[in-house]
Amino acid sequence: MSRPIVLRGGRVIDPSCRRDERLDVLLIDGRVAELGRDLPAPDGGEDIDVAGLVVAPGLVDLHVHLREPGDEHKETITSGARAAVAGGFTSICAMPNTRPPIDDPAAVGFVRAEGERAGYARVYPVGAVSIGLKGEEMTEIGELVAAGAIAVTDDGRPVWDSGLARRTMEYTRAFDIPFFSHSEDLGLSGAGVMYEGSVSTALGLRGIPNAAEDVAVARECMIAELTGGQLHVLHVSTRGSVEVIRAAKARGVWVSAEVTPHHLALTDEAVRGYRTEAKMNPPLRSAADVQAVRDALVAGVIDCIATDHAPHHYEDKEREFDDAPFGVIGLETALGVSMRELVVGGRLDLIELIDRLSTRPARIARLPAGTLVEGSPADVVVIDPDERWVCDASRFLSLSRNTPFAGEELVGRVVMTLVGGRVVYDRRDDRKAAREGVEVT
Amino acid sequence: MTATVKFGKDLTGLEGLSVEQIATVLDVAEPFKEISERPIKKVPVLRGKTIVNLFYEPSTRTRVSFEFAEKRLSADTVNISGAGSSIVKGESLVDTARNLEAMRIDMVVIRHGSSGASQFLAERIPSNVINAGDGQHEHPTQGLLDMLTMRDQLGTLAGKKVCIVGDILHSRVARSNIWGLGKMGAELAVCGPPTLIPHGIEEMGVRVLKRIEEAIEWADVLNVLRLQLERMKAGYIPSLREYNRFFGLTVGKLEKAARDILILHPGPMNRGVEIDSQVADGPHSVILQQVTNGVAIRMAVLYLLAGGSPERAEAAKGGRRT
Repeated sequence: MSRPIVLRGGRVIDPSCRRDERLDVLLIDGRVAELGRDLPAPDGGEDIDVAGLVVAPGLVDLHVHLREPGDEHKETITSGARAAVAGGFTSICAMPNTRPPIDDPAAVGFVRAEGERAGYARVYPVGAVSIGLKGEEMTEIGELVAAGAIAVTDDGRPVWDSGLARRTMEYTRAFDIPFFSHSEDLGLSGAGVMYEGSVSTALGLRGIPNAAEDVAVARECMIAELTGGQLHVLHVSTRGSVEVIRAAKARGVWVSAEVTPHHLALTDEAVRGYRTEAKMNPPLRSAADVQAVRDALVAGVIDCIATDHAPHHYEDKEREFDDAPFGVIGLETALGVSMRELVVGGRLDLIELIDRLSTRPARIARLPAGTLVEGSPADVVVIDPDERWVCDASRFLSLSRNTPFAGEELVGRVVMTLVGGRVVYDRRDDRKAAREGVEVT
Repeated sequence: MTATVKFGKDLTGLEGLSVEQIATVLDVAEPFKEISERPIKKVPVLRGKTIVNLFYEPSTRTRVSFEFAEKRLSADTVNISGAGSSIVKGESLVDTARNLEAMRIDMVVIRHGSSGASQFLAERIPSNVINAGDGQHEHPTQGLLDMLTMRDQLGTLAGKKVCIVGDILHSRVARSNIWGLGKMGAELAVCGPPTLIPHGIEEMGVRVLKRIEEAIEWADVLNVLRLQLERMKAGYIPSLREYNRFFGLTVGKLEKAARDILILHPGPMNRGVEIDSQVADGPHSVILQQVTNGVAIRMAVLYLLAGGSPERAEAAKGGRRT
């Protein structure tokens, strides 16, 4: 077991018990042992001064693509889990659209074991809904859950057959897991590559209308209502989806939703110049949509922020816009982008943002995370909320560089990340060197 | 025209050109028209320049037009087209570009099926890049030659009413016409089946006319686009027969026009679909003048991007180097 650690003098922000006060935190045997003022130095342990910094439960990302097995040149479970802790995430949920897909218990076990072996963020496998992600035959969902899956999805593609979606939302009830829905009507999105609007018209790129998402989210909510199953809508990006989810929640439908940092920050204007780093699915939408998803996150209609971290090799993105793959990475920029967009300017308090990045997503997937109450796992992020930094993709720990935020100034940065009471990411030396004016390479 | 009109490295579209730049290209094309009427159709303006015509999509008219323009200006040209080249061997556009660059070329004329391909190339190589049509984005030299043809006939573009008819959604010609004509002060409309009118087109300063009868009543110029036959298979229109009846330019519909209307078509035509033969071959059609003007426009673009001075175009065609 790891040595005891005291995080001394930080501002502890814990949305799970609405705590926001200056406290010392003692971590022993991988758990939060005690919170209090002036805790004694731990016997044979480490005493870490975090005065002036925020101490929060480690961030939880319900939506990442780790590309292993099959595309290890883009990302591996190890590199992705390491990028996660650099971004403050201590729990990440790995989507099953790998090659081969995570559609049997052995594959689920592989993802889990690789995550444990890596020893960075905790990696929770998400199993496939259908065998081969083909949308036809249901996987052995019970077996997947027994092997460690915490949800099921065919993300990357919708479950186009409404009958299969119904059976999935019914059957998952037996195992207390959510169905993660990639909500897209393929007939409406067609061969589109960006948001359908005046920018797509000017650029001559095929458009994806908001209706492609709206009608699919509406269908999922109706089916959730029919079945009583737990629905989680992935990457909500339209004002129409927000209204559908708001109405479903008002009727008592068991539905939650996430939004990505890029959909909170960027519009379709980012595509101008045929920038493939702004190509993702769902696409960057209009300013009115950005406003709507921000408002929905603030109001709680959208429950949480998830990155949809989607690594791609640079040569796959360095090509004609039509031919470039969809997706951007987000683990190492999510906090800085979210703070810049929501906390600066006062849309959310820091405790509310931590709630959306940690406590709420943990509850949706029933993960042992999102809290620092005594006895909970010692998964902790230490944040400098005032640090302004320029996003330099060449320094990412992810194997990929496909970010739309390169060169932008972000606000709020991770200083340290601990998983199970162990320091797995530490930038204190860099900060010290920076303060002393030494160039860090 | 003034000595201050400068051109960038590339011509990827008309969206980024100024009124002065467009007017300059049209003006410089005038003296170049005459070269093609000579028995010996060659001047040494681009002697020693190497130009690659990189055609990822099949094209006859545009490729031949560029090639004539290049040869009549004495450039050395190489044609690379899809079949039989490294393009079909899976080489990426960026690698193709770098390899061409390594052979020290001066200009690339590119036709590509993906919107933005010419800009992609232009940002990655130091040679001049001329867009000969990229996906559904722009076809700037077509837009320029359309404008030159209209100006020849109407004297000016300012205040003229131009309606583009047909598949606007998939048309790079439509976009270049809209940007170019809009800058030159023309009034613009589009007309076609609603399935083929793109979202947000009004924000480009264009009115949308629902029926071709409205277009005929409104317009001074109709620019009739080719209907790609695959649009029917993709479900944008139910049949070619129906298209012709409701959106095709027929003699019967045109007879009802209150005044003479100029008819343009970028080619190749589907006679009996978007345009009837009697219209295409009729007195108001300037479709072949467009083809003739295409060579002059491309000569002007090549000359100006190569650094030629607008004022000396007349002298340049006389044989002196500028």
